[in-house]
Amino acid sequence: MELTGEQAQRWILCFQEKIEKNKAYLSDLDQAIGDGDHGSNMYRGVQAVKEKLNELEDPTTEEVLKTTAMALISKVGGASGPLYGSAFMQMAKTAKETTELPELIQAGLEGIKQRGKAELKDKTMVDAWAPVAEALTNGTFSNDTIDQAVEDTKPLQAKKGRASYVGERSIGALDPGAVSSGYLFTALVEEVLK
Amino acid sequence: MSLGVVIASHVDKIAEGAYQLLKESAPDVSITYAGGTDDGEVGSSYEKIEAAVNQQTAETIYCFYDLGSAKMTLDMVSEMSDKNIKIVDAAFIEGAYTACALIQGDYKEEEIDVQLKPLQVK
Ligand SMILES: Nc1ncnc2c1ncn2[C@@H]1O[C@H](COP(=O)(O)OP(=O)(O)OP(=O)(O)O)[C@@H](O)[C@H]1O
Ligand SMILES: [Mg+2]
Repeated sequence: MELTGEQAQRWILCFQEKIEKNKAYLSDLDQAIGDGDHGSNMYRGVQAVKEKLNELEDPTTEEVLKTTAMALISKVGGASGPLYGSAFMQMAKTAKETTELPELIQAGLEGIKQRGKAELKDKTMVDAWAPVAEALTNGTFSNDTIDQAVEDTKPLQAKKGRASYVGERSIGALDPGAVSSGYLFTALVEEVLK
Repeated sequence: MSLGVVIASHVDKIAEGAYQLLKESAPDVSITYAGGTDDGEVGSSYEKIEAAVNQQTAETIYCFYDLGSAKMTLDMVSEMSDKNIKIVDAAFIEGAYTACALIQGDYKEEEIDVQLKPLQVK
């Protein structure tokens, strides 16, 4: 399934709404195992994204993705900035060749892994992106894929990011970056896939 | 001198303080710094880190950082820059101090790299 520019724009704007609505919750999750700023970081980022996207008229998929990347890189202020920024940058690059959704999400995952050097089960957003990318590729993707992936970060001990400094105390908590990534994919379901 | 040092911290006062500390022992070294977000909050700013790199008079730059996003942002700036940027995963202050003291003493890049190696902690 191909992602059009118009769909991409609606997808990201829906993500912005979800971040806005869950800003406090994301920061609370981050407070438990990190520094309590994931919600406000992401909110700052997606507000800038919204402004920039609203300036675009009939954008291509690549333009939407690149605009999103640039705004997140310059405005988020935490690790999620370079990470989501690199994800959208890789998606934008890939969109020059193909706008097939599985390929785009796979490229986003690669961008995050290159930037943050995290592997699967390090309790990061990679643990949300990887199962979604795989399920989209295999054609087994459903809402359940997202919920399960996010929930599965709970028992893990963090190996990367702020939460890696609290040792075993990170076990039992959801990873905030995985939760926000879950919103991104839920937005994709609501605006594009359904 | 063609070797310089960039400091990237999550907090503006930490970056300023580190600069003050380093400059005392390395008055002739090109040292630039970036701290905090664009709004002066705790975090990293692409714009500030890019500016610290661009303000460098040196062509080869040793970069030291405190935590996660400072490094990732340095990586992104480095990918966009023509300068020779070496992001060092060393203990923040010890690493930066070592690099500055050696650059001030006219040590060569290879010798500095050797001295920084045992300070790697991340
Ligand atoms: N190296 C990494 N690789 C992949 N994801 C990471 C990495 N480091 C952090 N994350 C993700 O980022 C989320 C935290 O984002 P947040 O916006 O709170 O940044 P932060 O950790 O506070 O940034 P900083 O590095 O400035 O302390 C984590 O929940 C995790 O999902
Ligand atoms: Mg945080």
